[in-house]
Amino acid sequence: MPDQFYYALEVALNGLTAGVMYALVALGFVLIFKASGIFNFAQGVMALFAALTLVGLQDGQIPFSHLINAIFGTELHNFGWNMPTLLAIPATMLVMVAFAWAVERLILRHLINQEPIILFMATIGLAYFLEGFGDIMWGAEVKRLDVGLPQGMSGALEEFTFQTFGYGFYLDRLDIWAAGIAAALVVSLTLFSQYTKQGRALRAVADDHQAALSVGISLRAIWVLTWAIAGFVALVAGIMWGSKSGVQFSLSLIALKALPVLMLGGFTSIPGAIVGGLMIGVGEKLFDFFLQPVIGGATENWFAYMLALAFLVFRPQGLFGEKIIERV
Amino acid sequence: MLYREAGDFKSTYTADNQTFPIKFDRNAYYLTMAVAFGVVPFIINDYWAQAVVIPFLIYAIAALGLNILTGYCGQVSLGTGGFMAVGAYAAFKIMTAFPGLNIVLVIVMAGLVTAAVGVLFGLPSLRIKGFYLAVATLAAQFFLVWLFTRVPWFFNFSASGQINAPTRTLLGVPVTGATASSATVYLICLFFVVALAWLARNLTRGTLGRSWMAVRDMDIAAEIIGVNPLKAKLTAFAVSSFYIGISGALLFTVYLGAVEAGEVFGIDKSFLVLFMVIIGGLGSILGAFLGAFFLIVGPVLLKLLLVDNLGWPTDLAAHLEIMIIGALILIFLIAEPHGLAALWRTIKEKLRLWPFPY
Repeated sequence: MPDQFYYALEVALNGLTAGVMYALVALGFVLIFKASGIFNFAQGVMALFAALTLVGLQDGQIPFSHLINAIFGTELHNFGWNMPTLLAIPATMLVMVAFAWAVERLILRHLINQEPIILFMATIGLAYFLEGFGDIMWGAEVKRLDVGLPQGMSGALEEFTFQTFGYGFYLDRLDIWAAGIAAALVVSLTLFSQYTKQGRALRAVADDHQAALSVGISLRAIWVLTWAIAGFVALVAGIMWGSKSGVQFSLSLIALKALPVLMLGGFTSIPGAIVGGLMIGVGEKLFDFFLQPVIGGATENWFAYMLALAFLVFRPQGLFGEKIIERV
Repeated sequence: MLYREAGDFKSTYTADNQTFPIKFDRNAYYLTMAVAFGVVPFIINDYWAQAVVIPFLIYAIAALGLNILTGYCGQVSLGTGGFMAVGAYAAFKIMTAFPGLNIVLVIVMAGLVTAAVGVLFGLPSLRIKGFYLAVATLAAQFFLVWLFTRVPWFFNFSASGQINAPTRTLLGVPVTGATASSATVYLICLFFVVALAWLARNLTRGTLGRSWMAVRDMDIAAEIIGVNPLKAKLTAFAVSSFYIGISGALLFTVYLGAVEAGEVFGIDKSFLVLFMVIIGGLGSILGAFLGAFFLIVGPVLLKLLLVDNLGWPTDLAAHLEIMIIGALILIFLIAEPHGLAALWRTIKEKLRLWPFPY
């Protein structure tokens, strides 16, 4: 029996590390939602795009080479050099900033004063566009992303747990690193929003657009900033997921996993995204573990949604969300 | 001239309330019906039926259904694919359990089953609103598809996990299975489209439709003037799911013939139908048709142009396609939030005054 218990514990621990990954994506959602009231469905595709760009830059791939080859009948593929990771990451970040600017300039600017649901649908359109664009730009085949993060199982942990409990825990070193990086990201984001001028402006916009405008904060600049930060978060999430399972289309589907995380934690709360992510990560792994013999596997596809749905019926604003006050 | 109200007098309330108040419109509608029922079945060939006409009709039903929920009642749903799967699997179970049952009855019953499931997933809509609800409907999408791929009872314990439509006849003519001709399949779909569009038109301008629109425009105010929001939302979910279920049932029984839930009714179907509604026009019956036409014919044309004419690789064309669809969504939301239907409305306004603009 204790073995069974330890095994469940290990499953829960693995769920925790998966939950960190979900939280990482959910974080990008929360940031944009807080600052502009837009529910950004494209966050997952942004992570995919960032990861694709990073790999493409690292390998010195020529952008749009497939398209150019198809039109002109040429055989272009690579520039013939590799960019070091430390250079490629800032370069990718530049691309994400340019993307943020383009989104504000071409889309958000024209959709001011629209209903939130229209903006939500616009981000679905953006997600589709970006997905096709990224695939055309860098090619759709599965790519390996290596930024030098340690991988494989953590031997030290297994040995330690084996000696204390008599049962070795299996944990991927990448997951442990991801947890650390996510924690660092949250701390730095909190510091940024508490102690810098831009961060304060960001919170002001999140509180009240009109009031922020009237004290001289430029909404447009703040939107570019939030989308750029969301791009940064997407890049981090893309690196983590990409190193774990390769850069491929399924990466954009983790965004779908981040949605119930948000519903559970509340759309407006950064701690909510973290707690929600961990709850869903652990919950779905344990649910699958205990109920697999009864109802078959692959419950991970829907468990998070059903949990969030059941939860929302009792607390519509989520765990940490602001209470929705309705006025006539 | 062409598009005038002048000389087209109405002397009864019924005549004043008709769907096409202008004679030209009315005649155009009768002409379309005559061509659709009297000419097309005789000239249709397999390629056109399979590639364009039948999917257009089937998706038009789905778009009508989602338009009732999203366009008229304001509840965004991303669970369309799941509800279409319910329609398909319900049709399969009914077809195989009662082999003698009329196929039209089977499809209507599949719609009713889907309506019940839709109400079940619509229940939270009273507490959850806006995109919370949109995300909650994803629960329906993933759960239903999982159910249909994992529980063997739904696919009659077949080894492949697929469901196959057995041959069923209507008045002695096969309408499902491999022996059905394109013309009969087309006529069945057309019959459902016309009947359901007529129903939708009349539902949306009656009491029920007005209560939906009141809830869409402002739910609290609607509640204060005496609309029961629970009833309005649940009926919208029921009617919408009924339509979507019929569309799913048709997609399975007469069009594809063999279906595997995970492949055919994935989340991309939900988005496809949502895009049809957005591009066609939220809250418009015509819009559902225009949107479905646009998104069915567009990719076919694009494929003809890029792959068959220019010789591009298929995957590149596919990526270009989703990129263009995404861009179109953005362009429509920015430039014409009410979709193609609104463009058509504008053209009509201009036509009525032409050639004197004031």
